[in-house]
Amino acid sequence: MSTTEVLVKELVEKNGKTRNSLMPVLQGIVQQEKFLSEEAILCVAKELDLAAADVYGTASFYTFLDTVPRGKNIIRVCKTITCHMKGKDEIINTLSSALKIKVGETTHDKKFTLLTANCLGWCHKGPVMLINDEIYPDLTPQKAMEIVEEYSKSTH
Amino acid sequence: MENNLKKVDIIFEVDEKVSPISVLDKTLKRSPDEIILDLIDSGLKGRGGAGFPTGLKWKFARNEDGDTKYVICNADEGEPGTFKDREILDKVPEKIFVGIAICGYVVGAKEGYIYLRGEYNFLLKTLQKKLDIFNNELKQRNFDFNVYLKSGSGAYVCGEESALFESMEGKRGEPRNKPPYPTVAGYNSKPTVINNVETLVYTTMICHIGPEKFKALGTTDSRGSKVFSVSGDTPIPGIYELELGMPLHEFVNEFGDGDAKAIQVGGASGHCVPRKKFNDTIIGFEGIPTGGSMMIFNSTRSMYNVLHDYLEFFTEESCGQCTPCRVGCQQLLKGIEAVKRGERPPAYLEDLKKLTGTMKIAAKCGLGQSVGNPFNSIIDNFREEIIY
Repeated sequence: MSTTEVLVKELVEKNGKTRNSLMPVLQGIVQQEKFLSEEAILCVAKELDLAAADVYGTASFYTFLDTVPRGKNIIRVCKTITCHMKGKDEIINTLSSALKIKVGETTHDKKFTLLTANCLGWCHKGPVMLINDEIYPDLTPQKAMEIVEEYSKSTH
Repeated sequence: MENNLKKVDIIFEVDEKVSPISVLDKTLKRSPDEIILDLIDSGLKGRGGAGFPTGLKWKFARNEDGDTKYVICNADEGEPGTFKDREILDKVPEKIFVGIAICGYVVGAKEGYIYLRGEYNFLLKTLQKKLDIFNNELKQRNFDFNVYLKSGSGAYVCGEESALFESMEGKRGEPRNKPPYPTVAGYNSKPTVINNVETLVYTTMICHIGPEKFKALGTTDSRGSKVFSVSGDTPIPGIYELELGMPLHEFVNEFGDGDAKAIQVGGASGHCVPRKKFNDTIIGFEGIPTGGSMMIFNSTRSMYNVLHDYLEFFTEESCGQCTPCRVGCQQLLKGIEAVKRGERPPAYLEDLKKLTGTMKIAAKCGLGQSVGNPFNSIIDNFREEIIY
């Protein structure tokens, strides 16, 4: 069995073999593998006895359930109004030129994916970004760079 | 200038002598009907934005037949400009758990859920730990009720209650037709009470302090207090619990930077109030209701950019199942861009306003129905900024 198959079986075991488990199962895969591969989707469909199209249909609805490969660390910069007013553009531009990728792209070493997100719920402390599940409020371009550098060092 | 703004401390108040679980113990000694009467008497209305009377909602669910019922805490706080539920979840989660358990007792449910937006996943671990302790407390009391944690995955529309049920059932978060309402057929098509985070904390606190103290605050139409998320052009952004029914100018005096030209009340889907109307606008159910988002814009801001941001947001977050919302949002966005570029005459804005009217009637859920709120209030009050 491939690692994906093992992971899906584990997740289905833990959450139960019902349709209601689909979200936690998909979330569990994304947590580990950063995105839902074709293999993962087919495997979930088989384990939960659903049509693969149904699984893909559900997954593709949700912003955080990516169906294209993503880097080890996913950066999501909030782009909604207050963060816009407080300078999200400078944050995005700084990260974009430092990582040498545009929004939506992943670095060659697969360490970082740069994305924007709709309101992250930190409007009083904008601009703000999520890296994976961690939140970084009150950003300046300098601070954003330092945070990303830390991630760069701590991962292989 | 005199400032009458009344700050309140109910939601975040921590009383060392009265733990949330002791409020549960005290409340479980009363009959469900008494609790419902207290809630109705208190005048508490839903704090998520729609403002449905909480006591009535619980009563409807209680009156439904059936062994399986659910209580769900809507923690899918996605409205731009709203961040108060995150703070409540972080600071006083036990008060939320107790509210869910009291509701379970009242309506006869055995399972409660918290649906937490994916953007707040960093709260998951601590919340789960605290929930484990809480569930264990319930077990020790032989109270047959458990609260579970579910996580969203980045979809604004899942804050709409029926879309949230769909998501919990492992489906695309597409809103359902109503009726049936959740108290009749909600999660798993069973009777369900779904309340906002803040509402559930108020139910706990009303059970603790009694309806009298709660309804002494606010106005006849807007009883009690409310947690506000204040952001934008303000020297003191943050989370504030204030008495409902305040005149907007008092709010601006306290929070504005002295140059406020407009306040967006109720988030992207709310209403934009221009400076000339600050004096005669009331924040509450008799005036402009709000889920708590107050975004302040000063005179350096372009209201075209503000509206453009909102429309981009709705275009992206529209679930796409109904045409009025899917196509409507896109056309509104394209429309103001065309007017700005001079490709369409200013009068085209009137056609776009008519489109929001169609969306209000024909869209399936609150998302499409309410896009007209920001659109019309910004177009009507800042027309010149949209055109030139």
